[in-house]
Parts: sequence; C-alpha cells; structure tokens
Amino acid sequence: MNNMLEIKNIYKTFNPGTINEKVALVDVSLTLKEGDFVTVIGGNGAGKSTMLNAVAGVWPIDTGSIVIGGTDVTGLPDYSRAYLIGRVFQDPMTGTAATMQIDENMALAARRGKRRGLGWGVTGKERDEYREKLKILELGLEDRLTAKVGLLSGGQRQALTLLMATLQKPRILLLDEHTAALDPKTAEKVLNATEKVVGRDHLTTMMITHNMKDAIQHGNRLIMMNEGRIVLDISGEEKKKLTVEDLLHKFSVATEEEFSNDQALLG
Amino acid sequence: MGGIAEYFASLNPANLLGSMPAGIAQGLIWGVMALGVYITFRLLDIADLSVDGTFTTGGAVTVMLILAGWNPWLAMLMAFIAGLAAGAVTGLLNTKLGIPAILAGILTQFGLYSINLAIMGMKANQAVSVDKFSLAITSRSVPIAILMGLVIAIAVIGILYWYFGTESGSAMRATGCNPTMSKAQGININNMKILGLALSNGIVAFAGGLMAQFQGFADINMGRGSIVIGLAAVIIGEVIGEAILGKHLNFAGRLAFVTFGGVIYYLVVVFVLWMKLNSNFLKLLTAVVVAVFLAVPYLRANARTSFKKAGRNAAAVGKEAR
Repeated sequence: MNNMLEIKNIYKTFNPGTINEKVALVDVSLTLKEGDFVTVIGGNGAGKSTMLNAVAGVWPIDTGSIVIGGTDVTGLPDYSRAYLIGRVFQDPMTGTAATMQIDENMALAARRGKRRGLGWGVTGKERDEYREKLKILELGLEDRLTAKVGLLSGGQRQALTLLMATLQKPRILLLDEHTAALDPKTAEKVLNATEKVVGRDHLTTMMITHNMKDAIQHGNRLIMMNEGRIVLDISGEEKKKLTVEDLLHKFSVATEEEFSNDQALLG
Repeated sequence: MGGIAEYFASLNPANLLGSMPAGIAQGLIWGVMALGVYITFRLLDIADLSVDGTFTTGGAVTVMLILAGWNPWLAMLMAFIAGLAAGAVTGLLNTKLGIPAILAGILTQFGLYSINLAIMGMKANQAVSVDKFSLAITSRSVPIAILMGLVIAIAVIGILYWYFGTESGSAMRATGCNPTMSKAQGININNMKILGLALSNGIVAFAGGLMAQFQGFADINMGRGSIVIGLAAVIIGEVIGEAILGKHLNFAGRLAFVTFGGVIYYLVVVFVLWMKLNSNFLKLLTAVVVAVFLAVPYLRANARTSFKKAGRNAAAVGKEAR
C-alpha cells in the first residue's frame, strides 16, 4: 500500500512576534496509507482545523513538509494543489457558489486542477452524468439540476459539496466538521453519504469531528490533538473496540490534564 | 404664479420629441459601457472606479488614431486593448500589491488623467470631424447611430453571454461569488480578478471610443462620473427587468436590460434638460437616484424585520396583556 499523505514535522505559528502570537502546530507528523479513513478529535484550539488547512494549503507552513500522493506540495498555494484534494467545510455556505446552478457548481469541481479555457462550462453530456451521480445523495437534487444552489438547504448544500469534492477522485478528502452546522437528522444523512462515497471510491480521508461517537464509528484510524500536537493515534482492532469512555480516559492520560472541562467540550 | 405658467408655456413638447432619438443613441453607448461595469460590480463584486479614466482613454485613443488616418474600427480595437491594459493595472494593484479594490481603481483613474492628456498631445480635447474622417457612429445621422448602437450592444451582449458560459467565464463568476470555494476548486482567483477588471475596462474604453466619435471629439473630462452612470444603468435595468420578467430573467436578459437601463438613464437626462433645469445639477440628480436605488434592497429588508418593528410589536403585545 502506498502512502497517500505524508506530513513531516510541520510547525505553524500565527502572528509570530506579536501580542497575538499563537503556536498552532508543533512538530506534527502523520502518514496516511491509501484508503485510510482517519477521524480527528480534540478540544477547541487543539490544531485540528489548522492541520487540515495546512494540508489544503490555505497558508504556508513554517517548517516541515507535506507530500500528497507522492507530490511534495509544501511550496504550492491552495489552488495549485487543489487537484489532489477534495474539501468539505464546516459552513455549508462555503463549499458551493450560491448564485450558480447545481450543474455549474459540479462542472467547476469536475475541472479542478484542469486548464479552464473557452470550452463550454457545462456540456449536455455532463448534465446527464451529474444527474446520475446526484442520485446517490437521495435528496432529489437530480431533478433540480438547473436550480441556483442558494435555494438549497444547508444539508443539501453540504451533500452537494461532498459530491463535488469526490467528482474527480481526490488523493485525499478533507472533511472539516462538515456535519457540525447541521441538525442531527441531516447530519446523519450527510455522514451516511460520506461513508457511501468514501467506501465506493476507496478514498483516503481525514474527518474532523466534535462528536466522539462519530469519531469511533467511522474510519479505521483515530487521532486526537491537543495544543498543536497529535497526542493519540489509534487504529485497527484497538479502534474497533473503543468506547466514548475509553476515549475520554485516554484523553486525560495523554494530556495529563484535568479533563472535566474538555469532557464537556468533546461530549 | 405668472412665472410658472410662463415656464410651462416655454417648454416645447416638440423639442423633447426632437431630442429623444439622439438621447437614445447616446443612451445605447452608455448602455454598452454599463455592460463593462456590470462585470466588475455584479459578477466580481468589485466597485471599480478605474472606468472614469478608461472611458476617456478609449475616447482619446480612438480620436487620435482616426486623426492619424486609422480605420475607426481598428482605432476602437486599440481603445479596447488600452482599456484592457488599464484594467489589468487596477487588478495587479489589487491582487499583487494588496491595495483594496476601490483604492486601486481610484489610483488607476487618477494616473490615467495624465496619460489621457499625453495621448491627446497634452490638449484637453481633440475634435474629429465626420466631414473629414469616416466614423463608425456619429450624431450627424442619428437613425443610423441608433441602429449601429443596437447592433454593437447586441454583439457585446452575445460575446459576454458566450464567454460567461465557458469554463473560464464560469471560473470568473465563481470567483466573484465564493472565493474560498473557487480556490478549493483550483481556480487562481487573483488571475480571474485581473482578467475580469481588464475585460470590464476594455469594454468601457471601447464605449468611450464610440462616444467620442458620436459627439465628434474626445475630452479629458468625458469619463467623469462613468462609474455612477454605469451603476445607474445596471440598477435601473435590473429593476425594470425583474419587474417585467421576474424569475424568468436569465443572464442574457439581464445584460439586455442593463443596456436598456443606460438608454432610460439618458432619456431621463434629456427630459431634465428639456425642463430647463440647470444642467450643473445633473450629477447631483444622478447621484441621488443611484443612492436611492442602491438603498432599496437594504431598506426593503429592514421593512420586513428591524429592531424598531420588533420593539413596536413587543410594546403592542404588552399593551394587550395589560
């Protein structure tokens, strides 16, 4: 099995040398094999999103390196490495263009990393293809192909973003608390769709969640972050047997801290 | 009282009718310019003030090249290219140097004043007579000017409709709508902004070239207020378009109504001039109209829900309870 993601000793400090200095990532290393589905948990400010954003290339890291699917992307800005990455954001409004149609949004995603010339933005053939692909979401979006995305609900937009992220098989799929802003029922639907798509395409996936149960239930590996470091890394059989209580206990051991407050946060 | 009667008696409806056709022709030219403004204002979500400078640049380049013996269409092509370049400068100031878009536009516009003077041989205006040169459009024959304006407007709308349906055009629309999403889809949003600003100012300069030929001269101040007139056309056009077509207003229709908005704007100008209002107040009037229309969506939202309203409702319920 190939390594799909190699994060090596990365550091990131925001606003260095100012009163707002924040050490966000400290010597983080992580290797994902092809097909790994890792869930990421940790308290607020632990560095979960920062790590994902480092992989996505939202800003440059201070030191260390990031290799995705054999390509060193450390020196590439987000749009230049986007062809390797599928992203779904926490805010359902972030992943789609509201004033554009469903099919136009999908066509934008289908051309991720490709040269955008003067060919048609969406072709009739593509529309048929998208209609088929939308069916997997079971939201009836296949009948609303030319509707403006701004008319969709948060859950529908999130599901569409997920589909767009995987329209071209990404080397790595980054899910940043993508169900946190949804009601429990919709969140479950989107999670189910996630499982379906990830399983079908055998995608290497990183999913941040605040929900311990989801973190245990999904994926084959679980990492916990605290104060910019990875403090726990569980996979295989050990992960399958995990309970929420175990996890809380492990968290307190790993961080050697009083965890009553964090327990509330992670609940 | 006698004064008012005298004033109305002095207004000649025939004069109004007589000046309408020229107003329509000029309105069409402003309408073409407004298509350029639409790209930045509506699609890229940038209020680009460079257009005040590039409209003049277009006029200056066109007139000087025609005076040098160029074919008017080739001269306007060069005006378009000059506009492209000026727009790209605004885009570079904004994206590569981190200057806010509004300021970047103001800087370009300000700098263009000198460049425009230089283009016109350090003169504030340059005349081009239809008697001596062949022009693409002239106020000498208004019906033909209207026809020409219509054909050009339709052509520009057609090209824009086609372009914004392409991969590159879709990427530009996405950039204006959601930059974060665009980057995640691998779109270089800086390049898209530069390209959009260039295209917009190219069209504005082209319209400036038309205007200079229509009026028979280029003037250093001909572009002043272009952005406000462009916004007026965009807003008037959209309001009318939405009132008539509602949800059925598609992109091509929107562009057509923006051009129509330019015509309506200019007809209002003709009407105001006919009313013998001091033309010095035209700019104030335009500014007020644009401010009112820009405020309408905000005020409407406020009318539906506001603290004042919530407070009134709460007070009314309180009274009932008592």
